[in-house]
Amino acid sequence: MAGLRSAEQMRGAGWKDEIVLVGDEVHPPYNRPPLSKETLASQHSPDEALNSVLLRQRASAAPLTFRLGERAAACSLTDKTITLDSGESLHYDGLVIATGIRPRRLDVPGPTPGRYVVRTLDDSLALRQRLTPGVKVVVIGCGFVGCEVAATAISLGCDVQLIEGSNGPMHRALGGTVSAAMRDWFVSRGLQIRTRKVVTEFLTDQTDPHHQRVAGVRLNDGAELEAEVIVEAVGSLPNTEWLQGNGLDLTDGVLVDKHLRVLGAQNAVAVGDIARYPDQWTDGLPRRVEHWQGAIDTAKTAARSLVADLTGNQPPAPYSSVPSFWSDVFGTRVQGLGVPHHATDVRVIEGSLEALDEGVTVAYTRDNTIVGLVTIALPPARLIQLRSHLGQPLSELLAPTQLTTN
Amino acid sequence: MKVWVDRNICDNHGQCAIAAPDNFSLDADGVLQYKEDFPDADLEYIEDAMDVCPVQAIFLKGEQ
Ligand SMILES: Cc1cc2nc3c(=O)[nH]c(=O)nc-3n(C[C@H](O)[C@H](O)[C@H](O)COP(=O)(O)OP(=O)(O)OC[C@H]3O[C@@H](n4cnc5c(N)ncnc54)[C@H](O)[C@@H]3O)c2cc1C
Ligand code: SF4
Repeated sequence: MAGLRSAEQMRGAGWKDEIVLVGDEVHPPYNRPPLSKETLASQHSPDEALNSVLLRQRASAAPLTFRLGERAAACSLTDKTITLDSGESLHYDGLVIATGIRPRRLDVPGPTPGRYVVRTLDDSLALRQRLTPGVKVVVIGCGFVGCEVAATAISLGCDVQLIEGSNGPMHRALGGTVSAAMRDWFVSRGLQIRTRKVVTEFLTDQTDPHHQRVAGVRLNDGAELEAEVIVEAVGSLPNTEWLQGNGLDLTDGVLVDKHLRVLGAQNAVAVGDIARYPDQWTDGLPRRVEHWQGAIDTAKTAARSLVADLTGNQPPAPYSSVPSFWSDVFGTRVQGLGVPHHATDVRVIEGSLEALDEGVTVAYTRDNTIVGLVTIALPPARLIQLRSHLGQPLSELLAPTQLTTN
Repeated sequence: MKVWVDRNICDNHGQCAIAAPDNFSLDADGVLQYKEDFPDADLEYIEDAMDVCPVQAIFLKGEQ
């Protein structure tokens, strides 16, 4: 998605020459958020499902050349060439790195059939077929994708257990206090949760000796959980292999400067989930952000930086977008702005964590300055109203006039 | 060209109101209000708004 948006933004920035988009999926660029939510719960045929998630492309960006179903296998940043799987090599003047991430898999013993991840449309459609009423499902990992899949599976009538790992639901995004409240709320919705457990083995289905299928998981405390379907949502690995051998910092994604230009390369930028950029909201600490809005925002800055480099102009203003995200669980919207994980304190400024359903706003502060805002079960307009308080003292938000809702 | 929002899809995310505040806004009840007509110079902002709509509910009529 960030690749498409970068191409469009390059046109917006005045780039008239050829733009080629190489992507290893056979589908045109599509929207991933529904894959753990609507798509997973839908009855659509595969074609209808694809249609419902396709990203609309800007007519004004034409012509764009798509090379779909082709994978970049290697590249030379000094020769400015990319080698495709087929052996063909493509020369470029400017490069946008937008290969995103893939789900990490658990490295523990046991069979593979019956284990699922959710990153691509095909992943979502494959899992959907198995989520029928009464099916026993174990979801491993409780970041956004794990929580969303677990909630969707419950809504489809499955019997779902969530294995938390070291931290609670959406802990990384929402922090400990709110995460604990989310856990209670999930449990009240019928989700069974195993806190602070890790999976040590995938159990084998003994009734079917010819096909090694999973029959459940074993946890580190020895407990065995029966399951026909296992979903691994245990984090991600940036797709950087094709960039190896160029002396880049690929420790966690692709390290870029504040204009999103790849450090150690010429005329190359990185965007979306794979870009590790100095985030001014975390004191310039480089980090990757795996949120939808970031794919669009980074594309805009990176495209302008790249076109400026290619035409010998000054780069535009550094990347400064406020990170933002949303999630839908059990039909409830969780929405965030800023960097809640960077906060040292949390303050509930509206509603109560005991009653998430009734609407809650939480302010995250560091040195009494608001660095993050999260709303749960409130209309999105609420967060937009509060947006201007980011980076401002908490006291201003707490001033009585600010608390009146209309 | 005219802007058209498919109200069946729109779930009042309000992202469009951040990208193109001259054309999109959320009213006091949090419901999207928008103008169908826009000056040519604003096309870029309208396209930005189309991009950032998480449910891809914004269309340009006269586009296809
Ligand atoms: C199930 C799910 C639900 C989500 N829900 C939300 C949500 O509710 N809210 C939110 O804010 N964010 C959500 N996200 C995150 C959001 O979708 C991502 O941040 C966004 O898709 C990132 O875009 P990207 O372009 O960086 O990566 P991608 O969209 O993954 O695009 C990268 C593309 O590059 C391809 N590729 C990889 N390697 C190669 C190669 N060597 N050669 C050619 N092509 C290659 C990949 O196959 C992929 O098609 C969700 C993500 C998932 C998976
Ligand atoms: S961004 Fe999309 S969903 Fe949100 S208010 Fe605008 S049109 Fe509606």
